[in-house]
Amino acid sequence: MSDGDLTAILLTLRLASLTTVILLVLCTPLAWWLARTASRWKAPIGAVVALPLVLPPTVLGFYLLVTLGPQGPVGQITQSLGLGVLPFSFAGLVVASVLYSLPFVVQPLQQAFAAIGNGPLEAAATLRASPLDTFVHVVLPLARPGFITAAILGFAHTVGEFGVVLMIGGNIPNKTRVISVQIYDHVEAMDYAAAHWLSGGLVLFSFLVLLALYALNPAARGNYRG
Amino acid sequence: MAEIRARFRKQFGTFRLDVDLRLPTQGVSVLFGRSGSGKTTLLRCMAGLEQSADGYFVIDNEVWQDGRYSLPTHQRSLGYVFQDARLFPHLDVAANLDFGRRRAGSEGQRIDRAAIIDLLGIEHLLTRLPDRLSGGEQQRVAIARALLTGPRLLLMDEPLAALDHARKQEILPYLDRLHEQLAIPIVYVSHAPEEVARLADHLVLLENGRVSAQGLAAETMARLDLPLRFGEEAGVVFDATVLARDAEWHLARVAFAGGELWVRDTGAAVGRHVRLRVLARDVSIALSETDSSILNSLPAVVDDHAADDHPALVIVRLRVGGMPLLARLTRRSAAALHLRKQQQVWIQIKAVALIG
Repeated sequence: MSDGDLTAILLTLRLASLTTVILLVLCTPLAWWLARTASRWKAPIGAVVALPLVLPPTVLGFYLLVTLGPQGPVGQITQSLGLGVLPFSFAGLVVASVLYSLPFVVQPLQQAFAAIGNGPLEAAATLRASPLDTFVHVVLPLARPGFITAAILGFAHTVGEFGVVLMIGGNIPNKTRVISVQIYDHVEAMDYAAAHWLSGGLVLFSFLVLLALYALNPAARGNYRG
Repeated sequence: MAEIRARFRKQFGTFRLDVDLRLPTQGVSVLFGRSGSGKTTLLRCMAGLEQSADGYFVIDNEVWQDGRYSLPTHQRSLGYVFQDARLFPHLDVAANLDFGRRRAGSEGQRIDRAAIIDLLGIEHLLTRLPDRLSGGEQQRVAIARALLTGPRLLLMDEPLAALDHARKQEILPYLDRLHEQLAIPIVYVSHAPEEVARLADHLVLLENGRVSAQGLAAETMARLDLPLRFGEEAGVVFDATVLARDAEWHLARVAFAGGELWVRDTGAAVGRHVRLRVLARDVSIALSETDSSILNSLPAVVDDHAADDHPALVIVRLRVGGMPLLARLTRRSAAALHLRKQQQVWIQIKAVALIG
């Protein structure tokens, strides 16, 4: 395994971990709202959240490139804040990964929250627990299988992305060159042996992740889309 | 004046709840009605689990709701027992019991935890998870959990409805003990006449979201003008005291406001207060005291009568001493006896149930 491979693997793990943490923080309130609300905005927002499931990653990457780029609305803001532009940087990759893996974290959480129902919440209220107290001490423990599923899926899906990375991150060693891009490079250079090592490793990794998911968390089986 | 005042109006599609109640702050008030009569909705309004736009709820001068102002449920000093026990599945029994107790602060600390655990007989369950408990055990833990917050008001929503007959018989004695030993008022929703007879001190009949009658349980159950009766279970309840126990015949002699009766000896000690239930179908009327196999024969005065559900039957209300009693007879028998108001008759009581 070359230094380039190792760099790509470490970068991928860093990206997937950071993305998963950000997604869990972001998606917990979003999924709670989607699971509980009767608002007419539930359907459109649910649909937007699910969009990355069906869009080709290149489409998502393209729009992100336009929006985050120097001429784009978000790009203008990041520049005026002195943050520069996000495309072709690690930060840009994190933003793109968060959007790309969003449904894989929101949906298991939303299903876990919905499955809890009103019963335990009302019981907690009659036992003097405030809504926040109830969320921390009743909802979170009861939704734990959903959190495990969401974290594993979010992490694994981020590891496996390619199209978005290529569009928004490019191919910069130690900044945006993740495993999937490294494999692409090896194949383009006709270095099939190196491509085999990384590809085989990724297959094994994905298998182990799913095995862990199904073995540790039988309730999650068939509990997600994607 | 210590009382519970509850006024709620709420519209649910075509259903409309519209009640204005005063309940005593002692004993058990039973909200009785068919399913769909609004009794659970009323209880949920009292707890603040359901919002009534124009509600008013006061307990002992403490305002829980007044129009738009509504104290959130978690700030109300109440205990709520749901039909399905709703124990937290991730916590063992002890942690379930302490969930509310810890959050209730000084109110919870006032309550003797060991005494409540003993009262409900759940000592041996403390380390178990809820899914390892029977339905009856879960419900007993749920009752203990509610009581351990030291509430000023205990609300119970058909706590026996989801249980089979054997589990009901298992829990009823514990409810009797609550009734006897606790000073807090209980509002108890039920559609089972047996539970009303056994537990109610105060009875509220609900029909289509409205109160059709309310008052002391013994008097309300003996009313003839109520549109909602207990059908086959029509009858009266009253309190009595055990005078003596007859070991030879396994009988007990009890005294009530209208005289004395023989009942089956259930082991209640001499001097103990017991509650008796006499069903209308077990009372017959004779013009003179006759010899028969029936132990309990008492002089009575005909008070009034009303048509029963079936056209062949009438319900007759009699007074035994000051106590009202109901008798169900065929119209033909009533005509043969020439029953009229204020007539002196003898009643024969075929069965007296001692219910706690």
